[in-house]
Amino acid sequence: MGTDLKAVANQIRIDIIESLAAAGSGHPGGSLSCADILTVLYFEKMHIDPENPNDPDRDRLVLSKGHAAPALYAALAERGYFPREDLLTLRKYGSHLQGHPNMADTPGVDMSTGSLGQGLAVANGMALAGRLDNKDYYVYVIMGDGEIQEGEIWEAAMAASHYGLGHVIGFVDHNGLQIDGTNDEVMTVNPVADKFAAFGWNVLSIDGHDLEAISAAVDEAKKCEDRPTVIVCETVKGKGVSFMENAVNWHGAAPNAEQAAVALAELRGE
Amino acid sequence: MNSATREAYAQAIAELSAENPNIVALDADLAAATKSGAFKKACPERFFDMGIAEADMVGTAAGLATCGKIPFASSFSVFVTGRAFEQVRQSVCYSDLNVKLVGSHAGPSCGEDGGTHQAVEDIAIMRSLPNMTVVVPADDVEAYAATKAAVETLGPMYIRVARLASPTIHDADTYEFHFGKGEVLREGTDVTIIACGMMVPRALDAADRLAEEGVSAEVINMHTIKPLDEELVVASAKKTGKVVTIEEASIVGGLGSAVCEVLSEKCPTPVRRIGMPDIFGMSGAGGELLDIYGLTADHIIECYREMA
Repeated sequence: MGTDLKAVANQIRIDIIESLAAAGSGHPGGSLSCADILTVLYFEKMHIDPENPNDPDRDRLVLSKGHAAPALYAALAERGYFPREDLLTLRKYGSHLQGHPNMADTPGVDMSTGSLGQGLAVANGMALAGRLDNKDYYVYVIMGDGEIQEGEIWEAAMAASHYGLGHVIGFVDHNGLQIDGTNDEVMTVNPVADKFAAFGWNVLSIDGHDLEAISAAVDEAKKCEDRPTVIVCETVKGKGVSFMENAVNWHGAAPNAEQAAVALAELRGE
Repeated sequence: MNSATREAYAQAIAELSAENPNIVALDADLAAATKSGAFKKACPERFFDMGIAEADMVGTAAGLATCGKIPFASSFSVFVTGRAFEQVRQSVCYSDLNVKLVGSHAGPSCGEDGGTHQAVEDIAIMRSLPNMTVVVPADDVEAYAATKAAVETLGPMYIRVARLASPTIHDADTYEFHFGKGEVLREGTDVTIIACGMMVPRALDAADRLAEEGVSAEVINMHTIKPLDEELVVASAKKTGKVVTIEEASIVGGLGSAVCEVLSEKCPTPVRRIGMPDIFGMSGAGGELLDIYGLTADHIIECYREMA
C-alpha cells in the first residue's frame, strides 16, 4: 500500500487520546499498547474494503480485549469506515461508538466484545465457517494478557488446535499490567508462549511495537496452515505517552484536558 | 410418534440439513443424549463437537452465525443456559446473532441424575435477555415444527426439549407452528389453563375431568414463552376470570410469571402458578418426579377449586 505505518500508528495514538479526553472515561493504557498491532493489520495485512464492510470474503478482526475500543475505532476511522469526527462522540449517548465495540452499530466491527475471554471462541467460529464455505479469509483476534486468565480462552485455544484452524491468528498484547496491578501480582499468566505451545499452537514472540516485526510475524503465521498461530507481543501499556507508560493507573482513566494536551504534544513531537 | 421432543428436534435438523447448507450443529460431548448425533450422522462435516466446554461452544456458534451459518448448539439445558449464560448474553443476544440454543433434559423429568442436572431456572434466565425467543414444544410434532421455523427465523432462540417421551397431541400433517402465537386446544368459559411442554397433555387431562363435572376449561398451549401471546392471555382471562399456569420449571420467572406480568398490568385476574416451587429437584424416575412435585392434572383441578 506504500502507507507510512509509523505515521498511521502515531495518528491512531493521537486519535485515542483525543477521543478519550472527549469521552471523559475509557481505557488509554491497553488501547495505546495494541495500536501498532492494529496499524499493521488494518493498513497492511487485512483483506478488507471499507466501502463494503460486510464482504463475506473479507478478513475479520475480533478485538477480544474490547476495552481497547478507542484503538479499534481510530484504526477504522483512519481506514475510512466512518468519519474521523465520529471519534469525538465516543461513549456519548446516541453515538455508534459504544464504550465497548458493538458490531450492530459500527461499520467495520466484526464482533461485539467487552466481556473478556469471549473473542477467541468467536474467531474460531468465523474460521470454521470460512472452511465450510471454502473461503480463504483470515481471522485475527487480539487478546489481553490479563484477559487470558479467563477459562474460556483456554477452552477455545484447545478447540482451535483440535480443529487445526490455521486461519486463526491470535495476538496477545502482553503489556504485563491489569487493573489491580501487574499480571504477576494479580494472577500469574506467564509463561504465555509456553501455555499456547502446550495447547498445540504455533507460537511466535515479538516486540509488539516493532511494525516490521509484526508484519513479518503475520507472514510467518500464514505459512502455518494446519494449526493456529499466536503472536505473543511484548508491549508497553500506555506506549507513546510518557506519563502513561507502564502506569497501571492509566488502565481505565481518561486524561483531562491538560493531560491530553501534554500527551498530544508528545505524540506530535512538539 | 409419541417420542421425546429432543428426538424430534434432532430429526428435524438432520433432515433439514439436506436442503439448507447453512445449518450447522454443535454439541458439548452430549450428542448421544441431546440426540444431535442424528445430525452428525446425516451431515458430519457440519457437526462440531466442542468437548465439555459450553462457553466455548456458544462463542463458536456466535462466530459461525456472523458468517451466515445457522448454528444449533445443544447441551443439557442447565449447561447451555447456565454455564454459558454470559456468552449467551454477550456474544449472542447483545449482537442479536442467529444462534439457536437447544437445552435438553430440562426440568424434573430429567430424572435420576438429580437436582444438579434438572434445570428449573432456564426459562427465567433466557426470558430475561433482550432479543431472545424462548420456545418449549409440547410434543414431538411441535418440536419438529418449531425447529423448522427456527431455521427460517433470524435471531437468538432457546428451544427447551425434554428427555422423556410424551404423548403426541398434534397432527403432523396439519399442524402449523407460529412463534408467539399460543394455541387454543380447548375453548372454555370457566377457567383458563395455560401450559407448555410436557404439561400440555396434563392440562388437557385436567380439562377433560373438569368437563365431567360440568366445568368448562379453556386450554392454551403456550409454546412460545417469549414473545408471549399477550393478546390471547388477556382475551382468555377476560372470558374465564381464572387462570392456572403449569410448567415443568420454577414458578419464579417462567411461564407463570410471564402470564402474571401481563395480567397484572392489562387485566388483573386470579392466577395459580404450578411449577417447581422455588426448589431444586431430586433423583428419581422422571415420570414419578412430575407427580411428586405436583405437576399434575390433579393439582390443576385443585387450583381451579381454590379460585371457584
